[in-house]
Amino acid sequence: MTNPNELTIAAARDALRKGELSAVDLTMACLTAIDAGDALNAFVHKTPDIALDQARAADARLKAGEAPDLCGIPLGIKDLFCTKSVPSQAASNILKGFKPEYESTVTTKLFDAGAVMLGKLNMDEFAMGSSNETSAYGNAVSPWRRGNDTAALTPGGSSGGSAAAVAADLCLGATGTDTGGSIRQPAAFTGIVGIKPTYGRVSRWGIVAFASSLDQAGPMAKSVRDAAIFLSAMAGHDPKDSTSADLMVPDFEAALTGDIRGKKIGIPREYRMDGMPAEIEALWQQGIAMLKDAGAEIVDISLPHTKYALPAYYVIAPAEASSNLARYDGVRYGHRAKLASGDGITEMYEKTRAEGFGPEVQRRIMVGTYVLSAGFYDAYYNRARKVRALIKRDFEQVFDAGIDAILTPATPSSAFGLGEMANADPVEMYLNDVFTVTVNLAGLPGISVPVGLDAKGLPLGLQLIGRPWDEAGLLNHAYVLERAAGFVSKPAKWW
Amino acid sequence: MSIDIATARKVAKLARIRVEEADLPKLADQLSGILGFMEQLNEVNVEGVEPMVSVTPMRLKRRIDVVTDGNIQAQVLANAPDAREGFFAVPKVVE
Repeated sequence: MTNPNELTIAAARDALRKGELSAVDLTMACLTAIDAGDALNAFVHKTPDIALDQARAADARLKAGEAPDLCGIPLGIKDLFCTKSVPSQAASNILKGFKPEYESTVTTKLFDAGAVMLGKLNMDEFAMGSSNETSAYGNAVSPWRRGNDTAALTPGGSSGGSAAAVAADLCLGATGTDTGGSIRQPAAFTGIVGIKPTYGRVSRWGIVAFASSLDQAGPMAKSVRDAAIFLSAMAGHDPKDSTSADLMVPDFEAALTGDIRGKKIGIPREYRMDGMPAEIEALWQQGIAMLKDAGAEIVDISLPHTKYALPAYYVIAPAEASSNLARYDGVRYGHRAKLASGDGITEMYEKTRAEGFGPEVQRRIMVGTYVLSAGFYDAYYNRARKVRALIKRDFEQVFDAGIDAILTPATPSSAFGLGEMANADPVEMYLNDVFTVTVNLAGLPGISVPVGLDAKGLPLGLQLIGRPWDEAGLLNHAYVLERAAGFVSKPAKWW
Repeated sequence: MSIDIATARKVAKLARIRVEEADLPKLADQLSGILGFMEQLNEVNVEGVEPMVSVTPMRLKRRIDVVTDGNIQAQVLANAPDAREGFFAVPKVVE
């Protein structure tokens, strides 16, 4: 018999509705798994009391009938989401002790749907990182290992805690956020499914801002069906987020027909990178064959500005971050440095920010400050925004030509070891996002689906990119890929 | 574009982040590396291209200009490192 915490959201939902399982028992199973999983450092603030209260309420609602899909489903919440009276510090020391007086729109919607919050999940500081190594809580650790090698691997980042928790069955699903690949890369590294919706599909209200024109929240889950159920509950218009779209949210689960006959799948030639491991290329070819076997038409396409996505991203994202993170000044919330006698307000700002922000966040704030400063604004920031317009136009042209979805690798490699990139320069770490940032720059939906294992026994994923607002179609393509790949591997439990 | 130590010092100042003098050379080096990576953008012909303002073509919603919230002083101040008599307290700003 499967332990309840190992269930998918869909299976748990059905069992809860049939009365074969109670939300309290399911929640207890997850809380036990979380306590046994401390070595993964995925849950950084546990909320068992809230979880059990919510589970009891869910059981009452289930008994009354008509409970929503997520009623009684235990989830982990990325630390970037503000949760009322529960520490929410974006994995940064500058927000140490911060307990929001309000609840983010996403968590409000999840709770209204009856979901259970197990706790807050580790991540890179302010979501800036690709390996969860910039966190004030220390590294999150992947449940996966290279065969019998005990070296600790990264679960990816920035949603590393979310990925580790879902892959290790500590929860049934977790929220993530994705500014340049922070849902899709960790999902690929840990063998789970992660979708970044179209920009504007999910409210950003109450999510600590990194780069506001790129940030988007989404679900991380064990299957495409789970991602569809979860996304339906997160999505929707929110008057409190002026960039949230006032569009109807389709029933994403109902869109999973498994039929993609006649759909056109674009294969962008620019995603074939120099030095890309042969295993990634082989995986991509397998994915192409799977979609073709399902009746889709494979079309070679060109997205000519792909090469410039990373440099454009690393101008735009730090520029927005330097503005967004200006609010952390030691006045209204979070950390304030101890001041020496005679220190004025400028010293308070400078010392507070030097103590509170980690090195990568400081670097990005300073890069952003530089590219926005007088004399460089046009050369860097405006040029990057023009290149961004061209990157978006590349996608528009292929979609106008009838392409339904685009298939690419999700990451340039499988997970690397924690600490292995310690001596790399910052730009080398940024290359992790090479296949994912284009999607954020163009505001498109993208999903990472686990497809196979590499020679080291680590998961590899493929990414599907969809038309704007067509998460339903995108999820259906992902569903076909998932069924064809038949990825069922789980990490061998060592923790 | 290479960032010298004086520029690194100026950027840190603008960003209101204290950086010790001894750490400036490394910072200048890292910033130079990152900005060097961005130099690739100069290869792109952006003639006649408008800088992107909004990633999704949408008209921002409007609402009636009315007060929707308020009278929550205690909540606003609840997380302040130093709150006194209903205010945020900071070091003296004006002599």
